[in-house]
Amino acid sequence: MVELTLPKNSRMVEGKVWPKPQGAKRLTEFRIYRYDPDGENNPRVDTYYVDRDDCGPMVLDGIIWIKSKIDPTLTFRRSCREGICGSCAMNIDGLNTLACTKGMDEVAHPIRIYPLPHMPVIKDLVPDLTNFYAQHASIEPWLHTSTPAPEKEWKQSREDREKLDGLYECILCASCSTSCPSYWWNGDRYLGPATLLQAYRWLIDSRDEATGERLDRLEDPFRLYRCHTIMNCANTCPKGLNPAKAIAEIKKMMVERRV
Amino acid sequence: MAVTKSRPLSPHLSVYKMTITMAMSIIHRITGAALYVGTVLLAIWLLAAATSPEAFATVQALWGSILGRLVLLGYTWALVHHALGGLRHFIWDSGAGFGPERLTFARLTLVGSIIITLALWALGYWVR
Repeated sequence: MVELTLPKNSRMVEGKVWPKPQGAKRLTEFRIYRYDPDGENNPRVDTYYVDRDDCGPMVLDGIIWIKSKIDPTLTFRRSCREGICGSCAMNIDGLNTLACTKGMDEVAHPIRIYPLPHMPVIKDLVPDLTNFYAQHASIEPWLHTSTPAPEKEWKQSREDREKLDGLYECILCASCSTSCPSYWWNGDRYLGPATLLQAYRWLIDSRDEATGERLDRLEDPFRLYRCHTIMNCANTCPKGLNPAKAIAEIKKMMVERRV
Repeated sequence: MAVTKSRPLSPHLSVYKMTITMAMSIIHRITGAALYVGTVLLAIWLLAAATSPEAFATVQALWGSILGRLVLLGYTWALVHHALGGLRHFIWDSGAGFGPERLTFARLTLVGSIIITLALWALGYWVR
């Protein structure tokens, strides 16, 4: 259901202002969401100052700098630092994106960072993605076949392979799903843009032989049809993909198989 | 590791940047709800016309007052905006309109609804 306000234990309070680094000439202010699961306090927003002459250009460089130079308790996920692992997805300057591919000077200052929206927070910028991953698993994201396996590989024409472009690049960072108001209000039943884009990736794979069963499982007022074309997913995807379009294609397949 | 207390929910509406496609989606919902009220106004007007000349005159005076006209202007805009939104959904259902043109579509819905509403009212006053 639609919620306009946060539950009592989730409301943010003003946090600590950490001292500015000494002797720094170029400073960038960061305002970062903090939540300590070991204490009893509500989440807070801390203020940090990053010495830009001592730090790389990306938002991820900034928060790694804060963690190593100012506050080692600041907690976030990161791995590849080049936009391929999907670990460092967070809400930066009001939009969900990867901290590693977003330049500090591409966003408004002070740089405001929150965890991915409307998710249970484990600590600081680390959301609990259990439900998100379970939804992805529920669409069985692997090749389903009933014909005997060929001696070598399942073959595919160039044209059929091209249909997977714009879909296979998804890194499951959850930026799109957690940008979607329908997913915010009905994330327990609506699969969300990331999972549905993945579902479409298997639906149009020429080698897959379970298209009908896949569509059967999606034909549901919540799982698929909670998408109301708000398009936050397409606006926010850090890989430039278009989950809204993929969902529309699934809806079209639903109609086409009836006529 | 056992979770001993419920985790906080990360902020959503209060921190997410409003995009034009998101705004048009919300307005589509609000105008859809407003149409219920507007249709009731229309039904009352028709009922009064079917009841008696006096009843019709009363409703006509109320709906024709400054406040009444403002409400009807709002109803016209809600109707036009919702209709254009419906057209947008119709185009989306064909699989088109998802590229960068989605922003143009959203802007056109807003600007178009205002222009068409004003044009309808101008036409109304002109033929009166």
